[in-house]
Amino acid sequence: MRKLLLAVLLCAGLCANAVSAPAIVVGSKIFTEGYVLGEVAAQTIEASSPPVPVTRKLGMGSTGILFQSLSSGAIDVYADYTGTLTEAIIKNPQLKSQQEIQNALAKLNLVMSDPLGFNNTYALAVRESFARQNNVHTITDLARLKGTVRAAFSYEFMDRADGWPGLAAAYHLDLSAKNVNRMEHSLTYQAIDQNAVDVIDVYSTDAKIRKFDLRVLDDDRAYFPVYQAVWVARKDFVDRYPAQWQALQKLAGTIDVNTMLDMNAAADIDKQSYAQIAARFRGAQARVTDTLTSRIAHRTVEHLWLVAISLVFSIVIGVPLGVAAVRFQTTGQAILLLSAMIQTVPSLALLCFLIPLFGVGTKPALVALCLYSLLPVVLNTFTGIRSIDPRHLENARAFGLNSRQILFRIVLPLASPMLLAGVKTATIVSIGTATLAALVGAGGYGAPIVSGLSLNDVPTILTGAIPAALMAWLAHGVFEVLGKFLIPAGLQVRP
Amino acid sequence: MLELEHIYKSFEGRTVLSDVSLIVPKGATHALIGSSGSGKTTLLRLTLGLIPFDTGYVKINDQALLSFTPTEWADRIGYVPQEGGLFPHISGKQNVSLVPGLRNWPAARIETRVEELRALVGLEAAVLARFPHEMSGGQRQRVAIMRAAMMNPPVMLLDEPMAALDPLIRSSLQEELKSIFQRLGKTVLLVTHDLGEAVYLAERITLLHEGRVIQTGTYRELYLTPADPFVTSFINAQRTLPDVGAAA
Repeated sequence: MRKLLLAVLLCAGLCANAVSAPAIVVGSKIFTEGYVLGEVAAQTIEASSPPVPVTRKLGMGSTGILFQSLSSGAIDVYADYTGTLTEAIIKNPQLKSQQEIQNALAKLNLVMSDPLGFNNTYALAVRESFARQNNVHTITDLARLKGTVRAAFSYEFMDRADGWPGLAAAYHLDLSAKNVNRMEHSLTYQAIDQNAVDVIDVYSTDAKIRKFDLRVLDDDRAYFPVYQAVWVARKDFVDRYPAQWQALQKLAGTIDVNTMLDMNAAADIDKQSYAQIAARFRGAQARVTDTLTSRIAHRTVEHLWLVAISLVFSIVIGVPLGVAAVRFQTTGQAILLLSAMIQTVPSLALLCFLIPLFGVGTKPALVALCLYSLLPVVLNTFTGIRSIDPRHLENARAFGLNSRQILFRIVLPLASPMLLAGVKTATIVSIGTATLAALVGAGGYGAPIVSGLSLNDVPTILTGAIPAALMAWLAHGVFEVLGKFLIPAGLQVRP
Repeated sequence: MLELEHIYKSFEGRTVLSDVSLIVPKGATHALIGSSGSGKTTLLRLTLGLIPFDTGYVKINDQALLSFTPTEWADRIGYVPQEGGLFPHISGKQNVSLVPGLRNWPAARIETRVEELRALVGLEAAVLARFPHEMSGGQRQRVAIMRAAMMNPPVMLLDEPMAALDPLIRSSLQEELKSIFQRLGKTVLLVTHDLGEAVYLAERITLLHEGRVIQTGTYRELYLTPADPFVTSFINAQRTLPDVGAAA
């Protein structure tokens, strides 16, 4: 399924229209190190001369989405690993030398920097206590324990040829299938910490190795490929901004394993902001603007835009559909059924369907939100009109009003309390659903929620969840006031 | 003058109106009376041009309904629905000004006409500013009459004008209505199931039963020379009625 999605994403990448942004767009993968490196790149570009504004699209997803965004021009540069590039993008794991990889990427109009200085490869980790109890130091030691070992592996690790399938073959690690759990990566740490499993896959620079007191098992057969961190950029970006690319290139060889582990630990364990961590690495003071307040303000604007624009579209589409549903019996039932069915599609699935059609970023998020807000608008328009006393409509005809006059002077005003209630429901649902927009890189309150989930960091999640809840509450109040203006005075709820 | 000539109407093969003819001379008030199911509502709706009929003519001042557009016809026949039928979302004033507004009357002309009719129906200006739910039954009825008369139609059509009112208000409004009709000087057709109301307000009465006209005449004629035993049983079925001397 994941391979299929990736293939679809690749196709979409070819047809998606390139968007030329006025700023340099830095992307990142959806885990701590990705965010940190993304912020390092962003600040490095911002500090370069001539200065160029930077748009951060951090925490966009996994390799497939990043590569697709790079191809379509949605982002200009992000940090990836040589092993991931050969496996998931070039699809030729035999390529080893830097030159070979660079040549292969050049055919895709991509440019790769020299290695940044650390190798973040896959590794297996066990609890320190488990390791001592069973005298496990290497993966070969683990293979001895066979069926009794319980594992939790991330989706990506389970599906990659150089992940679990190859590892199991190389070490004859035959764990029974029911003992191998597929989980969201950030949750595997909870699982191993609570002794629900014994072994998980980790990245060798992951700060949680320290936090949860895990032992990284020695890859004694040198199975895992090398994952040197590098910058990957669009050829087009390198040509247009040579100075900025040079600044990024200068970072090559400056980030060793310990530096990276320190930065990851600062984010994961000490809960410092990525901006602060990146700034300290660069020896500069964290930008004063990047306070919690300014971040929330920025996300509020993004979130409001998502909700407002999608709402406008769902009203413009939904109200006429509701009117049509009243007028045409069969079509009406079909419209209502269809909009109800859209509501049942899980939001993640809907976003997946929309990425091939609309790429990543704001567009698919807006389409998804608009589709979700459609049902309350259509249904309430329909119900509102149907509940009008039919005598009013006949009287209007007897007074010589034409269909258009009846619709705008009688029907819509009489249905307006119900209609407004539908728009209110749609707004509140949208405010909640828009947090999922972050999954396709559209930002908003979902960004801290998604990154908080990936870090298993509740305070960060709350910096997105609380404002979203407040916005829903405010929306409720705004609609109370709007009702006073939009609902005809004769229909106002009377005390 | 309102004329209905030999109207036939059937729904799904069932005859609802059969050879219905009725003439209301200019300035006269005529009542169409019948129990529910007699076809009087169907006759009302087709007179308003809301539903088609099979054969026959509906004419105002010798001009047939079918020679007009729906809007033109609507302006020739002022309609007062049951209970006034005011639109609940707009004020009395807005109800009254709705149609002339849609016909692009200048605001000043609407204002003049509203004041003229307000004086005629005897309504305070403050009441017009209220919403229908804030008015009494009698006030709603007067506003509805103003609305129907705004375009100065030659014919007025009232559907059960008293049905929803309580008895005390009824009797006082009945008198008011009679004088309002006289002051308006319109050709009036009122549709009702209440013989008392018909007798009090109208000079002549048409009794409709099972889609046919049983008898047309004054109350006195219906009472003294019933065309059919049904006329007598219909009269007898009604409550407190004046004796013949008083009605004449």
